[in-house]
Amino acid sequence: MSQRIGKVMAQVAMVMNLDKCIGCHTCSVTCKQAWTNRSGVEYAWFNNVETRPGQGYPRRHEDQERWQGGWKRTAAGRLKPRAGGRLKKLATIFANLEMPSIQDYYEPWTYDYEHLVSAPLGDDMPGARPRSLITGDPMQIKWSANWDDDLAGGEELGSQDPIVQKIGDKVKFQYEQSFMFYLPRICEHCLNPSCVASCPSGAMYKRAEDGIVLVDQDKCRGWRMCVTGCPYKKVYFNHKTGKAEKCTLCYPRVEVGMPTVCSETCVGRLRYLGVILYDVERVGRAAAVKDEQALYAAQLDTFLDPDDPAVQIAALRDGIPRRWIDSARRSPIYMLAKRFRVALPLHPEYRTMPMVWYIPPLSPVVDALSETGHDGEDAGNLFAAIDTLRIPAEYLAELFTAGDVEPVKQVLAKLAAMRSYMRRINLGEERDESIAAAVDLTGDDIEAMYRLLALAKYDDRYVIPTAYGVDEADRGVIEEIGCSLDFEGGPGMGGMGGQVPFGEASGRPQPASVETFHALRDRQTSDGHSGPARRLNLLNWDGKGRPPGLFPERGQKSTPDSTYLTGTQSEEAK
Amino acid sequence: MSATALDYMLWGALPYVVLAILIGGTVWRYRYDRFGWTTRSSQLYESRLLRIASPVFHFGLLVVIIGHVVGLLIPETWTDAVGITDDMYHVAALSLGAIAGVTTLGGIALLIWRRRTTGPVFSATTVNDKVMYLVLVAAILAGLTTTLLSAVAGLTGGHEVDYRETVSPWFRSIWILQPDVAAMAAASNAFKVHVLIGLVLFALFPFTRLVHAFSAPVWYLFRPYVVYRSRDDYKPLTRPVRRGWS
Repeated sequence: MSQRIGKVMAQVAMVMNLDKCIGCHTCSVTCKQAWTNRSGVEYAWFNNVETRPGQGYPRRHEDQERWQGGWKRTAAGRLKPRAGGRLKKLATIFANLEMPSIQDYYEPWTYDYEHLVSAPLGDDMPGARPRSLITGDPMQIKWSANWDDDLAGGEELGSQDPIVQKIGDKVKFQYEQSFMFYLPRICEHCLNPSCVASCPSGAMYKRAEDGIVLVDQDKCRGWRMCVTGCPYKKVYFNHKTGKAEKCTLCYPRVEVGMPTVCSETCVGRLRYLGVILYDVERVGRAAAVKDEQALYAAQLDTFLDPDDPAVQIAALRDGIPRRWIDSARRSPIYMLAKRFRVALPLHPEYRTMPMVWYIPPLSPVVDALSETGHDGEDAGNLFAAIDTLRIPAEYLAELFTAGDVEPVKQVLAKLAAMRSYMRRINLGEERDESIAAAVDLTGDDIEAMYRLLALAKYDDRYVIPTAYGVDEADRGVIEEIGCSLDFEGGPGMGGMGGQVPFGEASGRPQPASVETFHALRDRQTSDGHSGPARRLNLLNWDGKGRPPGLFPERGQKSTPDSTYLTGTQSEEAK
Repeated sequence: MSATALDYMLWGALPYVVLAILIGGTVWRYRYDRFGWTTRSSQLYESRLLRIASPVFHFGLLVVIIGHVVGLLIPETWTDAVGITDDMYHVAALSLGAIAGVTTLGGIALLIWRRRTTGPVFSATTVNDKVMYLVLVAAILAGLTTTLLSAVAGLTGGHEVDYRETVSPWFRSIWILQPDVAAMAAASNAFKVHVLIGLVLFALFPFTRLVHAFSAPVWYLFRPYVVYRSRDDYKPLTRPVRRGWS
């Protein structure tokens, strides 16, 4: 390690183990409930799960010839947003030429449920017809965020996948020959975010402490350049507020050491969260390397080894607290991405240095092998199959390594080795170091990898230090600051009700879920029990003591509703 | 021509009332409604018409604004001094003004037609928007009328009151707090109507979506691409924010 260490920064990053994703969409649904269950972002899914091969959401978002997302390397070796530099951005500010329309996502709808109860008596069962949430008119549902889920639509839709189009007819859609896997996607919280670079207002920023990319709702002026700039199409335009919104990596949770909602609720336990220390001075150079296939290695090179004393000294020098360095040393992300090299970045060729990485799925290979009657978990068979089954390796390479099959094969070989190695142990056979050695690992490495990937204990998956900065002077205590959406009356506070003077969502409308939010915040920030004095939301009650509002005031005349509660209270008083 | 009491009210007092509303209103809006400060773009709903109409309108408007700045701020004596004759000036100003004005009008006509006929865009239109569009179109129409009247007068050789001797001196006199009411009172009715509608537009400005013009992101040109911000840059307001009128 003779390389000079520049400015060290910390990033909370994620890895997803695709082998374990069953495509249940729980992450998407809980994320939506937490962040985008509001009008204006009905169509937005900060987290979505795509079936690959498939077009994705929004449709064909990977077609950068069309959507112009990410960075472009100029002949001089410099980076500039693919959609154009600063001057072009300002010159085209009156209409964004490369912005997906609502139809490219999908037109959100609801159902006319009222008709079920208000329909006149008749011979036919009344139905609830779909109605557009954009116009309010009855509509035909023709597309959604998951229209081609599980290869629905077969070749007709699947052949529109930009990667399928690129690697040609090697991807088969006949039932017997098809393969598929799920790809959950959130914002990549890139080291070199092109959405931030595209924002004319400077409203988007990367947080210096943890690398989370956010939109300042008070600074956003709705120019929409970020939507174009993001090659993953993970910045959404709220059509009611006229502002950009995006995945926040659930920072109010991450700041207090809790995993994101999508991670917490993941049924397959496939998500990992942890800290990466990186050298921010190497990022620009790494993102601008000429060969697209070298971008993966270049990004790995920006990650610093948290066990290296020189790195630790540099990190302390640059204001990263000791507990973050300790956390980085236990980071599952560092382990999966750099130590074992089984996690790969999504579309490194966009040059944004994404920080949500993926462990490619081995399952399609194992399945294909087993179907031919071979032992799908024998190391020799698997290694050979990974080499001969060009699909999905080539497809995966287009996703994760700019088309370079070699790193993908190496990852799949490591996963295959882990299966074979651990199977011998489970069958009570001798540990076979040669299996591990074949993929440049040791048996201990493989067992560590197995603990992390297969057992996947909660505390191993999520190693998140609490936030630093502000005035807490490293006590590990967090004052929960409002998020840019969550300020008094902001969209994060719930509903956008009432008539306001400058169009919907201007001013400070009365939020619907303000009680819930404040109760949560009070609970997180106060020592004693707390809550709104008048009435207690039992959903937020932590069972501690007897908060005000749980029972009616003594001497207060009981209403019929509270009779039961008053009864318990007097019983308790005895 | 001597100035009447009405003249003093309209050209002596009203401009300052409008200025106070414009500046005070903008400050108020910025303090209390930064979240509502946006272009409120409807491009997500409809892009095909917008991508033509919006640049046509905005670029036309930019030329119109530049024309107003030149016409109102540069005194006649200055252009005389560099050898530009009145005729030269008027031919250039009227032809450029007419082209820019018609472009702007065409742009906004297309935009309003789009707004009316595209379902989602129409349902996202507020009363506030409608009032603003009315005044904005009226201002453009009245402005184009003055241009056309001047052009017709110039062509037929008739006598048209020169705005550079009436409106412009009045406009400049406002800023030195000695409004030249007599100069404005001497302007033709067409100019007076245009100025009055303009004043109404300025008074409405802070309270409509027009405020997005004040946040034209010019400093983007001088900023590094990637913005880093520290967590503690966020300063929560120490007192609760209420709407200014409640």
